[in-house]
Order: sequence, then structure tokens, then C-alpha cells
Amino acid sequence: MTDTPNTVAFSSERLEKAQEIIARYPEGRQKSALLPLLHLVQEQWGWVSSEAMDYVAEMLDIKPVEVYEVASFYTMYHLEPVGKHVIEYCRTGPCCLMGGEEVYAHLRQKLGINPGETTADGKFTIKEVECLAACGWGPVFQVREKYYMNLTNEKVDEIIDELSK
Amino acid sequence: MARKILTEHIHVPGIETFDVYRKQGGYTAVEKAIKSMSPEEVVEEAKKSGVRGRGGAGFPMGMKWGFLAKPEGVPRYLVCNADESEPGTFKDHYLMKTIPHLLIEGMIVSSFALGANKSFIYVRGELMYVIRILEKAIEEAKAKGFLGKNILGSGYDLELVVQPGGGAYICGEETALLESLEGKRGNPRNKPPFPAVKGLYQCPTVVNNVESISNMPWIVNNGGEAYAQIGIGRSTGTKLISASGHIQRPGVYEIELGLSVEEFMNSDEYCGGIRKGHHLKALVAGGSSVPILPANLIMKTANGEDRLMSYESLSDGGFASGTMLGSGGFIVFDETACIVKNTWNFSQFYHHESCGQCSPCREGTGWMEKVLHRIEHGHGSMHDVDLLVDITKKIEGNTICPLGDAASWPVASAIRHFRDEFVWHITHPSEATAPGAAYRGDMALV
Repeated sequence: MTDTPNTVAFSSERLEKAQEIIARYPEGRQKSALLPLLHLVQEQWGWVSSEAMDYVAEMLDIKPVEVYEVASFYTMYHLEPVGKHVIEYCRTGPCCLMGGEEVYAHLRQKLGINPGETTADGKFTIKEVECLAACGWGPVFQVREKYYMNLTNEKVDEIIDELSK
Repeated sequence: MARKILTEHIHVPGIETFDVYRKQGGYTAVEKAIKSMSPEEVVEEAKKSGVRGRGGAGFPMGMKWGFLAKPEGVPRYLVCNADESEPGTFKDHYLMKTIPHLLIEGMIVSSFALGANKSFIYVRGELMYVIRILEKAIEEAKAKGFLGKNILGSGYDLELVVQPGGGAYICGEETALLESLEGKRGNPRNKPPFPAVKGLYQCPTVVNNVESISNMPWIVNNGGEAYAQIGIGRSTGTKLISASGHIQRPGVYEIELGLSVEEFMNSDEYCGGIRKGHHLKALVAGGSSVPILPANLIMKTANGEDRLMSYESLSDGGFASGTMLGSGGFIVFDETACIVKNTWNFSQFYHHESCGQCSPCREGTGWMEKVLHRIEHGHGSMHDVDLLVDITKKIEGNTICPLGDAASWPVASAIRHFRDEFVWHITHPSEATAPGAAYRGDMALV
């Protein structure tokens, strides 16, 4: 599992990126940077802790609750610690037609976990997601920014072995 | 070979780079518009083209542009809706990742037409890799003087910002998208006022889909009238169709509107027919929200006319026997598909994606999911089928945004055309819940 951040502060590189993002919006509209900054938080710590949310609130000069209500609305933000690799598996109709359910069963069996759970070694978390806009290339899952498409049981084995290294 | 407007150069190696895109005639529309046309003239060409919103609503884009308020001293915004999330739809994803400069060029001429100096492309957050492709394309265009201050020495300034979403289908609804872009929860706004009057930051705003905007370079280069010559009737131009499900060749295809459904389904240029050894059972022609059609209403309308890939032909017969072109998410089902299971699957999607603001949608989507779950799992009662129809009627039209309708139509249409299959699940629970079970009653297959 990714540790809770001890000292909540962006790395110098991400801090620079955050400042560049905040400057994109018109004067007084800095709250627009909220979603992009929460993505940066997740990029750095793997999940979005309440300490990190307070940090973002301070950075944008908004109330902490304005950050919590947004972070809890959007499904991409993990509000609890997750495994090193979060496998976001598409469960929506078109992927199922392409054999998504069989591949999904295989994935769960291989990792020995259900959606929302993390493997004992902290390497993998499975999260069920809705349509990833890749229906013709299904079945599909996503790990961080990467899309894995046209999945088969064999392909899943290879991907998991590769990510396990 | 059908005419291509958006995908003509999509297979040219290196087309994602500025130089190759430029060599294929890219950015000539920016030169033409900025050097020799007024913003009003560009709007006029968009109107003449008859191009309709490609995100699903099908509203004429030029007319939408015409509604934009222009109060003195107030900034105006163009926001591109790249929050593609409608199940069955993946065309914008394909277009942006493959030929990003097409959208950038479209954004520049469209922003110029609308008098916007800062424009946004709101991309669903899952597509972070596409966001990086777009940002790189923007940097390239900027370095060549097509973006930024004083574009091509014209005095026109434009900054493009790519904004990631956070994973919420509802943000494809334009006012929810604007809320999200302002850093809030994606709750749709009450209308009026419409975004054209009060949109982003309470300023006049136009929100257009990726594919709609990507048509603008061609329209500027060739004229709106030439665009209107393509297609059929009020369905002008071409359309990207995302084809998925039980077909030989899933993928994204650009068609001239007016192509017959039969040709699209069976031609090797497109879907290549149903999987070998199987038969067509049902079709969702325009993304998960539009009514599902049974095999006998797909190739022909109820009047026996050829069904065409156009806004008008697909909706021929209304909801009784027709459907909608929607976003062009073409999902094909063969006889192995269980309609009850698929309807339950879609209902989970809408329940998950309801923003929770309006009670008919918040409660109704969850209620439909529960009822469908029990029918699919062999615990349904005969009363449940009519109960579902009743719930759809109480959601439809009673919500701030169209998500309520979008959640109702798949359920209502599945029962309208496949009632026997629902009843069979209730009367034959053990057969219906067997692994891989699908109703093979006396329904027509093609």
C-alpha cells in the first residue's frame, strides 16, 4: 500500500506544474484548477488523503469542504489507500459483449481478490469502472494512464506478470 | 469509396505531428479564416453547412453559434466537449489520439468565429494519455504561430487549455461540464439561462462536441454549401460511427450520412457482418441511451423502406418502431445476447452515473436496477414488467437534464420490443439463470 503522506507537499516538479495549471484560468477563477490538482495529488501519493485535500484547499484559497465534495463526486479519485497498481476494469455492456465477463472472472481469480480489494502484497487493487470509451477494442482495463485493450485471459496473465516485476 | 472529411489523412504515418499534418494541408483553414474572412463569415459557413451536433443531440451547430450573446466588454468562451462517456461511443477518443491537430485547427477557426480568446477542451480524465497528446499538439501549433498572441500577425490572440475531468458521465451534459470546469461537482444547471447567455464563469459560452468542431477546417476550406451537398436531406456531411459488439470488424468508421444500415452492417469496408455462424438479434444504433431495436426493424423501417444511417431515417416511426442516431455508438447483438441482462447492465450504468440532484432520476435509476436485477436472477414477478414501464414514465421528462430520459429509454424500448424475453425470465427462472442463457423464443432473427 502507498503510505499516507507524512508531510503533505508537492515535489518541486509538481509544485511548478501546479502553479502553471493555476495560472491557466482568468483572474479570480483559480478554483477551476481543482480537478487537475487532485489528479496531481493522486499522481504523487497514489490516492487522495484528507490532508492532501486540505493542502489543495489552501493552495487555491477555498474551503476544505469545497475540495471534499468534489473529490467524493468524481469516481477517479481514490479516497482510501490503494495498491501499487489499480486495475480499473470496464464492466459496461459493450465490453461484456466482447467477452469482458469471462476475462474479468479470470482476472479476479488470478489475483484472488474482488473489486474494491487489494492483494495481500499491496501490489494490485481491482476497481470496477463504467465505460472507458474503448468499446470496439474491448474487453478493456486501465492502469494509471495506460489502456490495455482487446484483453484475453492469456493477455491478462502477461500483463499481471509484467506489472508484478 | 465514400468521401472522408475527418479521416482522409488519418493513416498517414506521423499525422499526429504538426509537420506531417501541415504537409497534408493542415492549418490552411486557419490561414484562410484569419487572413481573408470575418468571424461573421465563418459563422455563416457553419450555418450553411447544416452540420449538427455530433455529441448526440443533433442540434444545428451554426444555429447554436448564432445564439451566442455578445455584450460589450464581456469575454466569450468556446468549450469543446471531449467527455465522451456514452457506452458504445469511442470515436472522439480515436480522433483525438490519432489526429490531434484536426481538433486544434477546428478550435482555432471556431474560436475566431465566436470571438473567444481563451478556449477549453474538456477531456474525460481517464484519457490522460490523450490529454498529453493534445497538449503536445498545442505546443507545436503555438511554436509555429498558429496559437498564442497575434496569430499569423492578425492581432487575434487565442489560448487553448486542455482540462481533465474526474470520471463522471454526467459531465458530458453541457451545463454539468461547465460546473466541472469551474471546479465543482458535475450537477447540471437549470435552464434558462442557456450557456449562450450565461455559461462558463457566467459569461456567454458555446459548448460543442469534438467531432462537430473537427468538421470546421473542411467547412472553412471548401465552404458550407459544399459540405451540405454531402449526406442526405437535413443529415448533412459525414458521421463517425463507433461500431462494437458481435460484428466481424469493430472499430470507428466515417460514413456519409444516408448510407444504408444494411451496407454499414454487412460491407467489408465497415462492420463486415455479424460474427460467423451467428444471426442479428438487436441493435443499439446511437449509444446506450437510444431505444434498442429488434432485428426486423433494423434494416427496414416499419413501412418497409430501407433504413438509412441518418438522423431522420433512424428515428422513422418514432419510439414505437424507430430509434435515434445519437452519438453514433453502434452496438450489435447476436442471438447469444440476453436482452434482460444487457438492460440490467445499462441500468447499473445510469444508476451509477446519476448525479443525484433530481429525485426521479436518483431514486428511479436505482429502483429500475433493483427490479431488473431480480428479473435477471430469476426472482421477478409478472407485475415487475409493468412496474418498470411505469418507473420509466415517471422519470422521463421530469429531470433537469436528459440523463433521466437516457436511463429510461433503454428500459422502455427493451420491454416494448422484447417483452416475451422478460416474461420468459419470470416464468422460466431456472432456464433463464443457467450460464450463458439467452431467450430463443419465436422472435425474428436476420
